[in-house]
Amino acid sequence: MTDLLLFAIPGLFIILGALIVIFARNPVHNAMGLVLTLTSLAILYISLNATFVAMVQMLVYAGAVMTLFLFVIMMIGVDKPEQTKEEIKGQKLLISGTLILLVSVVVLIVLENGLNWNLLFPQSQNTFEGTPSLLASAMFTSWVFPFEVISILLIVATTAALALAYEFRKRETND
Amino acid sequence: MSLGKERPMIEVTSDWYLTLSAILFSIGFLGMMIRKNALIMFMCIELMLNAVNLTFITASNHLGLVDGQIAVFFVLVVAAAEVVVGLAIIVSIFKKQESASVDMLSSSKG
Repeated sequence: MTDLLLFAIPGLFIILGALIVIFARNPVHNAMGLVLTLTSLAILYISLNATFVAMVQMLVYAGAVMTLFLFVIMMIGVDKPEQTKEEIKGQKLLISGTLILLVSVVVLIVLENGLNWNLLFPQSQNTFEGTPSLLASAMFTSWVFPFEVISILLIVATTAALALAYEFRKRETND
Repeated sequence: MSLGKERPMIEVTSDWYLTLSAILFSIGFLGMMIRKNALIMFMCIELMLNAVNLTFITASNHLGLVDGQIAVFFVLVVAAAEVVVGLAIIVSIFKKQESASVDMLSSSKG
């Protein structure tokens, strides 16, 4: 019973937050819905024995990334109404058709198999807790090359963001 | 709980987590299709990335291997880099045309 509650309550909040993200009109509400989804996901991660990943999720996603989002929302203003005019011909019709197709495929699969995905591998008996030391011992041995590549990606992203902001400032002073 | 004695206990298996992940991904995709504000489209990308992360963690737990959790870290870093660059682009577009709607971006057409 505890298992079911630990899955169902965060699961409901995840879906609620995701719906807030896509349907709310005020961008601040969208950001708060995303925070709700990310926090509930962290709870699910803990119930899946990934404790360190859950903590990183809270710090990096719900902390840093959302702060960045809110910063930009405050910067460009929240009172701009969203433009709802149809620019591409037949856009709404195409989207509705695609969505109905997607939803019916998912419903069909769930009805056919009754929540049973027939996974290729059986549940492993080897359970472990995702502690920092366990993750580090894997990341700095067999995953060390992707780790170095990802550090280059971060440096490139920082440089790109700086370059974009700098060019814009130069243009503003020239005017 | 008298109900639990008659019926077998409901067990939360990996299938449930995978279903939740599929639902989350579909909601993110739906938002990507119906919203026109570039910021909210970015949030929908975050939703889809998080659905994939949930799949990775579920697989890691299901197979008893630590590699799924390592992959989540890489997805996290890529998402952070993407958000930094994307938001910088949105801010500079906004300064130019006072709107974050993607419909007005036809000027970037080749």
